[in-house]
Amino acid sequence: MAATNTEVWQRATVVEIHTVATDIRRIVLEPALPKAAEPGSHIDVKVSIGGEEQKRSYSVVESDDAGRLVISVMRAPQSRGGSVFMHGLETGQQLEITQPLQNFPLRVGAERYILLAGGIGITAIANMAAVLQRLKASYTLVYAGRSRTAMAYLAELQERHGENLVVHVDDEGTSLKVDELVAGADLDTELYMCGPIRLMDAVRRAWSERELDSPNLRYETFGNSGWYDPEEFIVKVPRLGIEAKVGQGRSMLEALEDAGADMMFDCRKGECGLCEVRVLALDGGIDHRDVFYSERQQKATEKMCCCVSRGVTSKTGAKADASPAGPAVITIDIS
Amino acid sequence: MTAVQSQSSTTNKVLGHPLNAWYVAAWDHEVTRAPMSRRIANRPVALYRTEDGKAVALADACWHRLAPLSMGKTVGKDGIQCPYHGIVYNSAGRCMSMPAQETINPSATVPSFPVVERYRYVWVWLGDPTKADPELVPDMHQMSSEEWAGDGETIHAPCNYQLVLDNLMDLTHEEFVHSSSIGQEELSESDFVVSHDGNTVTVSRWMLDIDAPPFWLKNMRDKFPGFEGKVDRWQIITFQAPSTICIDVGVAAAGTGAPEGDRSQGVNGFVMNTITPETDRSCHYFWAFMRNYRLESQLITTQLRNGVHGVFGEDEEMLKAQQEAIDANPDYEFYNLNIDAGGMWVRRLIERMLDAEGRLVPTA
Repeated sequence: MAATNTEVWQRATVVEIHTVATDIRRIVLEPALPKAAEPGSHIDVKVSIGGEEQKRSYSVVESDDAGRLVISVMRAPQSRGGSVFMHGLETGQQLEITQPLQNFPLRVGAERYILLAGGIGITAIANMAAVLQRLKASYTLVYAGRSRTAMAYLAELQERHGENLVVHVDDEGTSLKVDELVAGADLDTELYMCGPIRLMDAVRRAWSERELDSPNLRYETFGNSGWYDPEEFIVKVPRLGIEAKVGQGRSMLEALEDAGADMMFDCRKGECGLCEVRVLALDGGIDHRDVFYSERQQKATEKMCCCVSRGVTSKTGAKADASPAGPAVITIDIS
Repeated sequence: MTAVQSQSSTTNKVLGHPLNAWYVAAWDHEVTRAPMSRRIANRPVALYRTEDGKAVALADACWHRLAPLSMGKTVGKDGIQCPYHGIVYNSAGRCMSMPAQETINPSATVPSFPVVERYRYVWVWLGDPTKADPELVPDMHQMSSEEWAGDGETIHAPCNYQLVLDNLMDLTHEEFVHSSSIGQEELSESDFVVSHDGNTVTVSRWMLDIDAPPFWLKNMRDKFPGFEGKVDRWQIITFQAPSTICIDVGVAAAGTGAPEGDRSQGVNGFVMNTITPETDRSCHYFWAFMRNYRLESQLITTQLRNGVHGVFGEDEEMLKAQQEAIDANPDYEFYNLNIDAGGMWVRRLIERMLDAEGRLVPTA
């Protein structure tokens, strides 16, 4: 299963909407140009935020023979606006979506699999689990969430995966212990994960501490999960005389483009490193949301991926330390 | 299916190939630690072995700028390094290292195709990997059995793979194309029986009490020195979808019971053929001739391989000319004869596979 990044846009009709957990809606789309969705694939959707058109990515939870696509959207309290738009959809409404795109392919043929879903991350993992179950592969599906009512598809997954499903629920005192999970992996295990960045960072750290092969740890990030909630901050480019406000729902890259900077970028999700900017001065901290830099490089705060990473108020990033003096200010130069 | 497509299904001159199937990528001895490239079903594939000897098939194009990985070298226990910027992939197609950065872009992968090594061949599956069941590898067990000996070669045939299947499913052409070795007029005079199921087609032909053509007389005398007289000759052609044809061939002294099952007074060979589409107008034709007598004789193995090489060279010439004529006459259609029954069932089974993949579209 190869990566597919060629966007083929098409009309799709919303044919079903159900609430499947607290603040999570299952949305069934009937595309004009149906195409089967491989496990791990996602679609990009044009959403309207404050009258402006933007693009959001949603994992395909499942697709049927007719090419209908199921996505699930959580209304995020700190949403950039996409989830609010998606929750406002009604059946019969039309949307612009891409055909399924693939950046998180499941490899068939590994000795053993661990699939890890944190919260809404189950959307990217559910279809992989279904395929592995059909192939009679050796797999464990680990699903962690805050509370059962916030965990979508729990009953269906329990029915389908039986003993292969392990559930961790914070408010039942059975929180996931990342070190124990990773201790269960060996050199032949491939681990696929999707969830909050803190969870994925912890798994990445445990994985490298165990000296497991890094290519066997698979994850996808749409660059929309950080260590801190997004807040407004200021970006300055002295050489170009730019000073721009980066709103909660905008990226630094977008704000710089709006201010007239000629920006280079590609993936827009913190993977490729093309949007790198050099940090000249920093009032506040940086919430690195990319996977391009190593931990060492992120701590050095000399560079950042402006497509996903953000300024936060305090130097440590901790809310308690937030300076009342105002927004973080990042002074940079660009290529 | 539309009417147009169903019409093309029987007379399509350039047939598409299913992707959900095992195709031979190479002979086992061709795949080594030094990467090689082969185009299979229109896709360039890089083939190499890991340090442990496991055959690997990756898309022959680096994730970064699509440089052919096959021009690179193997590194570490199972990796291959792109010759251009040094990106390293493991046997699963996962990037292991990137130039000038401390991390690896998690999206950086090249497709890794399922591989099975069986019957002296390396088989690959280019379609949906979740359907790549090793049980679906065609039965060619004579290739690696202690009861059979022989060897073969590869023909790079400049024609659509279907033309080779047509050629093998109807052996009346032997009388005209191979008159000096295996051809004889009884081939087109004798009756044949066709049967099929969901995955196979069989064409059987018996020619009783005939003179053995030169190729078969020589074989009889290898087993029965000084043999003279009439023979009963058989050809039992079995097709396994989408492109493997094993032909049970032989002669026995006439009237000694071969048609009833007693082949002890004869010689038996299996012509093993498996055809891998390369492009719409070329294919890799892997063949071998296996025999179940005089297993100890390398001389006979070599003679038979050379003999069949000569016979198949005559086919290759015809297939090349046929493809050129097809391309030079785009307005003319194919018509069918009664002798094409086996080939027509082959087409129907292949078209069902294409239909199941949603790919029943004429490629011509």
